[in-house]
Parts: sequence; structure tokens; C-alpha cells
Amino acid sequence: MIYREAGDFKTGYREDGQTFPIRLDRWAYYALIAVAVLVVPFVIDDYWASAVILPFLIYSIAAIGLNILTGYAGQVSLGTGGFMAVGAYAVYKLMTAFPEISIVIHILLAGGITALVGMLFGLPSLRIKGFYLAVATLAAQFFLVWLFNKVPWFYNYSASGQITAPTRTVLGEAVTGPAASAPAKYLICLGFVFVLAWLARNLTRGTLGRKWMAIRDMDIAAEIIGVNPLTAKLSAFAVSSFFVGIAGALLFAVYLGAAEVGEAFGINKSFLVLFMIIIGGLGSIFGSFAGAAFLVLMPVFLKNLMTGGLGWPTDLAAHVELMIVGAMIVIFLIAEPHGIARLWALAKEKLRLWPFPH
Amino acid sequence: MDQLFFAAEVFLNGLMTGVMYSLVALGFVLIFKASGVFNYAQGVLALFAALTLVGIQQGQVPFAHLINAIFGTHVESFGWTLPSIAAIALTVLVMIGLAILIETLVLKHLVGQEPIILFMATIGLAYFLEGLGDVMWGADIKTLDVGLPQGISDSVEAVTAEWFGYGFFIDRLDIWATMIAALLVAALVAFSQYTKQGRAMRAVADDHQAALSVGISLRFIWIMVWSIAGFVALVAGIMWGTKSGVQFSLSLIALKALPVLMLGGFTSIPGAIVGGLIIGVGEKLFEFWVGPLVGGATENWFAYVLALLFLVFRPQGLFGEKIIERV
Amino acid sequence: MKRLTLTALAAAVALTAAPASADLIVPNLSYRTGPYGANGTQYADGFNDYFTLLNERDGGIGGELIQVPECETAYNTEKGVECYEATKEGALVFNPLSTGITYQLIPKVGVDKKVLYTPGYGRTSAKNGKVFEWVFNAPANYWDGASVAIKYLLDENGGDLSGKKIALVYHNSAYGKEPIRTLQELAEKHGFTLSEIPIEAPGQEQKSQWLQIRRDQPDYVLMWGWGVMNQVAIQEAANIRFPMENFIGIWWAGSEIDVTPAGAGANGYKSMTFNGVGMDYPLYDDLKTHVIDPGKASQGGEHVGSAVYSRGLYAAVVIAEAIRKAQELAGTSAITPEQLRDGFENLDMTDERLTEIGLPDFGPAFQLSCANHGGNGMARVQQWDAEAKTWNLITEFTEPDNEVLDPLIAEDSEAYAQEAGVTPRDC
Repeated sequence: MIYREAGDFKTGYREDGQTFPIRLDRWAYYALIAVAVLVVPFVIDDYWASAVILPFLIYSIAAIGLNILTGYAGQVSLGTGGFMAVGAYAVYKLMTAFPEISIVIHILLAGGITALVGMLFGLPSLRIKGFYLAVATLAAQFFLVWLFNKVPWFYNYSASGQITAPTRTVLGEAVTGPAASAPAKYLICLGFVFVLAWLARNLTRGTLGRKWMAIRDMDIAAEIIGVNPLTAKLSAFAVSSFFVGIAGALLFAVYLGAAEVGEAFGINKSFLVLFMIIIGGLGSIFGSFAGAAFLVLMPVFLKNLMTGGLGWPTDLAAHVELMIVGAMIVIFLIAEPHGIARLWALAKEKLRLWPFPH
Repeated sequence: MDQLFFAAEVFLNGLMTGVMYSLVALGFVLIFKASGVFNYAQGVLALFAALTLVGIQQGQVPFAHLINAIFGTHVESFGWTLPSIAAIALTVLVMIGLAILIETLVLKHLVGQEPIILFMATIGLAYFLEGLGDVMWGADIKTLDVGLPQGISDSVEAVTAEWFGYGFFIDRLDIWATMIAALLVAALVAFSQYTKQGRAMRAVADDHQAALSVGISLRFIWIMVWSIAGFVALVAGIMWGTKSGVQFSLSLIALKALPVLMLGGFTSIPGAIVGGLIIGVGEKLFEFWVGPLVGGATENWFAYVLALLFLVFRPQGLFGEKIIERV
Repeated sequence: MKRLTLTALAAAVALTAAPASADLIVPNLSYRTGPYGANGTQYADGFNDYFTLLNERDGGIGGELIQVPECETAYNTEKGVECYEATKEGALVFNPLSTGITYQLIPKVGVDKKVLYTPGYGRTSAKNGKVFEWVFNAPANYWDGASVAIKYLLDENGGDLSGKKIALVYHNSAYGKEPIRTLQELAEKHGFTLSEIPIEAPGQEQKSQWLQIRRDQPDYVLMWGWGVMNQVAIQEAANIRFPMENFIGIWWAGSEIDVTPAGAGANGYKSMTFNGVGMDYPLYDDLKTHVIDPGKASQGGEHVGSAVYSRGLYAAVVIAEAIRKAQELAGTSAITPEQLRDGFENLDMTDERLTEIGLPDFGPAFQLSCANHGGNGMARVQQWDAEAKTWNLITEFTEPDNEVLDPLIAEDSEAYAQEAGVTPRDC
């Protein structure tokens, strides 16, 4: 009744092809942006920023990146953690080598470097497919982590191999380092998320995105109709790694502030991001956000519920939390293998007819 | 000359380590062949089996910590110590029960889904089992002792010292592991070649639909395969657990088995064995020769890079079925 | 819609951890799960139990009850940050038992003005209080540990290590890499050769490393290990019949759970320690009456008296003493983190005070100051008796070689000051 499209007429192709064809959706989207920009920065505190919102925003970028590769181009990758490490170490080297240049440029450059590395490790995808490729990308994961741990140049020869982000400012406000305030950190991440999500949306519905999807659906058939698998797969690896690299750079510089490669960018990170896109929905930008939100929020929620609410010992709560997360993943897959994005789409279908279904 | 002997020693030990990797990889292959599920939870199954074995053997009360936390009681132990054989038998029963549960609660509902969805389901399962293992038996490190010997084999050392003037180091546990793995593989081969259920299992692996149409119960086969994989996991868990104590990190041996699978092919039992041996020897020799030049600790990635390079030339692995694509 | 709002509200409530009230708050960022959970549990228990004892027996410190809210980090830096933010309101001091989380918190505590106490782990150069105003790592740090270990070996060899071969087996992480530079310097000074053998985490498989050790026959092996790496290394050392008395671990490679899986093979293994072990201390009588017997022990009191439990207990003792000192200096019992920092900087742990507490000879005597946040770095060696299943202390507290360490600390802390833009204080 409320959510409907009657009277919402399209008079051109542009309008027909827009991201939010229904007026109500558009309004909701604008409202969300307005809240995110005009309200949240004034109410956000340190706890919410570091426990929930920053990880959500940063993982959203990583999830979009992986979704481009896995969801749109069909190449399963378990090297996300390694590529995030590339972004983190690239931004660290750039920040310390050229302190006078803006951090925003450094983060973008870090994404670019990661894109190059991603293309390099994407080369085997021309020969290797499916699970073999997934496991092959683990080579990137382990090798990169080892490399950053081993070569002292990457961590500026510090005694222990930890990297620490120095303070850098954007428009006079510190966004990295200990002095950065929660709103500043939030806004810089939000800015990247907004631009990158917009970019991803437009890439995936353009020529490139169609090529990726053709490769995903059947690469031989795609090749026959004139999609070059080399450029399509490598561009997917490049774009995906660009996103993932930026996520890694933000994770290290803005969120964590200090990192050790094996711990912060280990294999678990690769799995975590893969979970996000599968739970959220493969091949969906919205799904990347939904998956990231789900997997960032739920553990914090469960933890606070069980230790804070029920007063359980922390170890028991942590173990039960593992069980619940595992069970939720399985239940989700059984209930809706296509993720939250599909659930959302179905809900919208229902809403359109509500309260008078056929 | 000494260098050569040492290389030979590293080679032999690499082979033995390879057997340990193969043990884990075997479980993956069995399940992948029969149900097309890439079972990430295999490593956690090994951990869970080993935890259960120790728990049963030492008479721990399952869920003691949870019960104590909720009811404020102090139950810890039944106060018995079972002989190893009985404990192993009981653990096998638990693993069969687990297989039935996994089939009815998870797999049954996911029939016909894409492989990646099934893969994800097993990751979910891995998380669940990891939590369950901890809640059931506690998270502390447990000593696993089923009477397997450990330490250098004196006879091998003495004999080689006599022959070559250089005493080789072979761990007795590795010798046992090799024998047990050989037995296990022989038993599996015999089972799949000469028993009715084994033939049915191979039929399912070949073609699900055809197998269904001749009256083979898919569900039964799946339960059976997961039970066997659980048993293989138990064997792997005993071997690895004897070495390092039973603890969380045991589940990470799955990561050691993945390159083995890539190299050997996901669908081949001989592939798992040969792949394990190649990876074991390869990573040890690489660490021995190249490791010192690049600063060591190469073993984590070397296996993957080796498998990756190999796959570029042979995308289906060593013994995998040829991938034929049609439009 | 109403139900939705309610759920959202419930979620919001559950997400925001409740800030605690007026007592003195000493959060325990522990880890009882994950790959290092078995070690973390014991440490956290010791830490909790001592504060429980103070609350039960003395009604807290100076009349203020101590609250120890626990937060599970799983040794994971992201969860560590979350825990820090969740518990920092009103908190006095943090002790995260993780080098990674420590590195992350070092810049943050400077801004939030909280004390970070990292006994025997964390960033070694935090000993320099001029640069690291809020971080304390007394009584000993990794470089002290390395130096005392070498000193012990010097004593064993009549003061001469030249020509000896020493291998360092280390966890390939920030933690494991810490002692390398010190050991290199010491190798130069004393003329022994050092070979570095990294082991990638988790360390389940170490065969090639130990074959290498078997071939090279080093005179001594030092180990910086954690988690499963310790158990496997000790087992493999026993397998190749490396003489256990020549195998020395750092304090984090010296707990019961590290040696018990290897059984009798581990007999004679040594490790560094800066705290006593076992229950032969008068304090345990009080602990038994006030904490264990009434059933108030953390997690049922399963690990009371173990090496890592004792270390957690010792950390709590030092924090409690610093609080006491701070109350004395400030003239008020409800102290702030700034006052606690002053308390730490004026802390004087004497042998008499330890005896008073009921822990005679449990830790080294040390004195802190504004410039010295690390004490005098004394540590001792303990040896495992597999038959009796106990650790025996075999040396007295020994001072490290400050001649070598001081320049290193100055160099590293200056590098940090420069990188982070910290102007060293005048002390």
C-alpha cells in the first residue's frame, strides 16, 4: 500500500535503468545518506566507531571488491587477506616516505599497487578453475604474508616487524594516528565507501560488468561470443584487488593504527570476507553491505548479550558464539542460498503487493 | 658426502611428513568424491575426534563447564580411565552419530546446490564443531596417549650409522603413522572394491542420478562416507594429537592438506597419497636448501606455490579426472 | 513495526556495554579461546583471583573495591580494540597479554590517558619512560630475558661462550623477532655464533627445523615460542635427543602445558621466569580460605599455582601495589589513571613488601621512576622435573647486561618518538 510503484512513470532509458527505479527506494537512499552524513558524525563515540561502524564500512569495501571477483566474474578467491596486507603495507610505505602528500592519495595509490599484485596472482586463473583456483589463491595469501613478515624494508626495519600508522590529516583533521577523532575516522571511511560503491555499481552494470558476468556464467561460451577471457578475468582481479587494497589500507591506517601481518591479515580474514559476500549475496552490491553488517554486528551483539546480558563466563560465551555463528551460516544457506540480498528482494516483492496479495 | 646424507635424511622425513598430510587429505577426497562437497570441516573433524577420544578415555563429563556455569554445580569427571581400544571404539560411534546428524540437519537440505554453497556450509559446520568441541570438552591442551611410541628410532639410527657412517633420524611415531596409513588405504581400497556398500559408494561417486536410478540410497551412502571420513579424521587426530597435544591448532592441519589435494586432484585417493608425499618432500627440501637463503619459515607458502605452478600445467591435478568443458 | 523497534532497541542496548560504576576498574582483556586460549586462560585466572582475594579479604585496596570486567580478545587485534573501547570508560590500567594488541594500544593510551602495563611482553623499548609516558613493562622484558639467558649460559661455561653455537628458535611474529637484535649484539660481544630459526605460526610441523638443529649440533637452543609451537618444539627436541638442559625457553615457553605433552622426554627443560611457581607461598593460604574454598575462584580454580597462573597473579600484585602507592601519593582512595601512573613511577617493590604480601621471593625487587618504566630486568631460570611435574627455580634473580641493552632501548625508543612525533619528557 505504501510501498508501490503506481504512478511512477519512466519516460526515458536513463530513468528506466537507474539504480533505484522505485521512488520510495530513492527517498530511502537519500534519507540514509543524509543520516549518515548529517546525523551520525555528531553522535558517534569511540566505542561505536571502533566496535561496529568502522569495521562495517571497511569490510563493506573489501566485500564489494571480493564480490566483483567472485560474485560477478565467478573467480573464487581466498587471497583477500593477502591483498589487504598489500594495501596496508603500501599505504604504510607511502605514508612514511612522502609525509607531505595527502593520505587520500596514498590510499588510492595503495589500491593501485594492490591491483597490480592482484593481476599478477590472477594470471593462473586463465588456466585454473573452480576450487583449484580457490586453493591456488591461498598461495597468494601465504606468500604475501610471509613476504611482509620477512623483508625488513616493508616495515622500515623496526625491531619487531610491527607497522604503526603515523598521524596524517585531511582538511586539517587528523584521520590516522592516535589523535584522530571518531567522527573524522568515520567520515573518511564513509567517503571511500560512498565513492567506491558508486563506482562498483556503475562498473558492474556497464560493458565490463557484463563481460565479467558472461565469463562467470560460462567462460567458453563467453569467449565464443567475443569476450576476451584474458582481459575480462584480469580486469576483474585488478578492480577487485583495488577495492580490497583500499580496504586493507583503511583497516590498517584508520581503524587499527598498528598491525602485524600474520595476525591482522591472516587466512581468517580471507574467509571472513568470503563469508560476508556469500551470506550477503553473490553478485550484489547491496549484499556486500548486508553481509558485512551481519558478520560485524552479530558477534558483538552475541558477545554483549551473553557476557553482559546473561553474565556467562567469557570463554563459554566465546565458544557458544562460535557455535551460533556457525549454525547461523548453515541455517542461512539452507533457508536462502542466495543470501540476504535475495531475502531483501523477496521482501520487497511482498511489500509491493501488501496488503492485498493475489 | 655428509651433505648428501643429510639431504637423504630430510627426504625420508619429508616422505613421513607427507604421509601425515595425506591422512588429512584422504578425508577430503572421500567426501568430495562421493558427494561433491569440498569439506572444509575435515580439520575440525580431526580436532573434534581427538578431543572426544581424550574426553572419553579420561572420563570427562561432556559440557561440564556449561553445566557448571548454568547450575553452579561442580561436575568434572566420571572418575574412570578407559583403555585406548574401548575409547577409540566409542569415539568411532560418536563420529558415526555426528555423520548422521550432519546428513539430516545440513546436507539433506542442500542437495543440488552449487558447490560453493556446499563449501560454505562446511565452513559454517567447521565453526560450529569448533565451538561445540570446546564447550563439550573444554579448551585446555590435552595430552593424548593411546600407546603409540615417539622419539628417534634407535634401530634405524644404528643400522644407518653402520652402513653409511651417518645415523639417520626417523621418528617412531612417523613409522607407525606410515604403517597405519598404509593399512587404512588398503582397507579403504578393499572396502570400495569388494563390498556391496563400497561398490555403491563408487557408483554414487561416478554418477548420482544413475546410482539413484538403480536403487542406491544416496542418503545412506552419504552417511557412510561422512562416517568413514570421521574415522579417517580420528586417525589423523590421533597421529597429530600424540605429537602436539590435543588443542585448537589441530584444526589448522586442514590448511596443510589443501595443497596436497590440489596437487593430487580432489577426486583421487592415490592422488592424495602421492600428492602428500610430493608436498612433504618438496617443502622439507626447499626449507633445507633455499630456506636459509631467504630467511626460513617457507613451509607455509611453499606447498601452495608448488601446487599452483603444477596446476598451471595440469589444471586437474596429478590424478584428477580430465576436465572436459562443453558449451 | 513496533516489534522491529523493540528488537532494534534491544540490539542497541546489547551492543553498548554498560559502563561500570564508581569502584576502581582494572579490565582484564583476556583470551580463553583460539590458538593461544590454553595459556591465556591460566593467566586470566591468576589475574582475577588476586583481585578477588583483595576484595574478599581486605575489602579492596584502600577501601575501594576493585572491579575486573573481563573481555575476550581471542588474541585478535580487532577484538582487542573492541574490548579496549568497551571497557575503557573509567578504567585505570590495561594488561592485554598480547604483543600485537599492545602495539595497537600504545598510541591510544597516550591520548586516552590510561596506563598500559605489559609485564614481560609488549614493546621492549617502552622501558624508556621519557618516550612512553603511559606504558610500563617491569619487571623484565624480552631483551632482559635474552640477556639473562646468555648470562646464565656464561655462568655455566665459566664466563666464556666464544666459539659456542647457539640457535634461536622463534615464533615468526613481532613477539618472536624481539630478541634477535639483542642476541646479535651479545653474540658479537661474547663471540658465540647465533643461528636464527623461524617457525611459522602456528608451528604444528617443525621437522625440518629440528633436523637442521640435529645436523648443526648447536650447544644451546633458545626458544621464543607461544601456543602449540612450544609443545611441538619440546617434543621434537626430545625426539632428536637434544640435551634438554641445554634448551632454554623464554618465560612464555615455560608453562606446564608446554612440557606435559612430551612426558618424560621434557625432563630437564629450562625456561626463564620472573615470578615464582607453585603453591609454597603463604599467600595461597589466604587465597584458599577467601577465594578457592568459597568457590569464588575464576573458572573453578583449575589452574591455581601453575606457572602462567602465577604470572597473571604477579601482574595483579604489581598493579595492586601501584594502586596502593598512587592512593598514598594522591591522598585519596578513588584514584585517576594519571595518579596511577604516578603510583607506577614511584613504585618500589622490595623483598620485604613481597614477604608482607605473602609472596616471599616471588618476584624480583625493582624500583621504577619517571625515566625507567621497566625496572632492572632481573629474571631467573627454572627447570622442569617431569617426574614430580613441577618447575624448580635453579638460579637467583640475575641482572641483564645493561651495557648492551641500554643503547638498544635508547635507539628504538628514539625511532618511535620520531615516527610518532612524541617529544620525550624531561626526567
